[in-house]
Amino acid sequence: MDFRLTDRAIDPPALLAGMGDTRAGACATFEGRVRSQNDGRAVEALDYEAYGPLAEKEGEKIIGEARARFQVIAALCVHRTGSLALGDIAVWVAVTAAHRAAAFDACRYIIDEVKARLPIWKKEHYAGGASEWVNCAVRGPGE
Amino acid sequence: VKKTVRVRYFAVLREQRGLDEETVATGASTAAELYEELRALHRFTLAAARLRVAVNDEFAPWATAVRDGDALAFLPPVAGG
Repeated sequence: MDFRLTDRAIDPPALLAGMGDTRAGACATFEGRVRSQNDGRAVEALDYEAYGPLAEKEGEKIIGEARARFQVIAALCVHRTGSLALGDIAVWVAVTAAHRAAAFDACRYIIDEVKARLPIWKKEHYAGGASEWVNCAVRGPGE
Repeated sequence: VKKTVRVRYFAVLREQRGLDEETVATGASTAAELYEELRALHRFTLAAARLRVAVNDEFAPWATAVRDGDALAFLPPVAGG
């Protein structure tokens, strides 16, 4: 499977070890990490919750799209679930290709689509004890 | 005629409902009607316009007919990555 959810720490060297291919002149990787600030608030920790079966299907679909659009040799994306600390890797993407342009482009495509489409939710825990589901605030009356 | 469906909740909806999932007997004919029914009952804050719906583990249009035995999930705005 080229897309995986995991409730354990993401280990890039171990994942890359499975992607060796002498045809690949390029390997682009992206790590999304938990950062300490969002919208001006101090973040202390995050929880990720996923709709597993649908997230896995949609993740595979995104990787299939990247393969169709770019000259990719291999692509892999892993997304965390569960409780994460600052600095932890939340999502990881790696793409190998013969040349760098396809590797960069496919890596960018995958992370952008993953962020926009996967049924995964993030709860931020702030300094002082408050917490909030990101993007789920009600914007005004009637909502 | 009432149908029996399974409803799964995630993130903010799960917390507002206080449950991961439940079995619901409903007269709703579409996914949209079912959400409005549940929203009124449980005072969900999010309007349907901000959600997506999945039927039997696939994204589906809000106008999808609700059939007996379906599994539905109402998906709050996502925030992966």
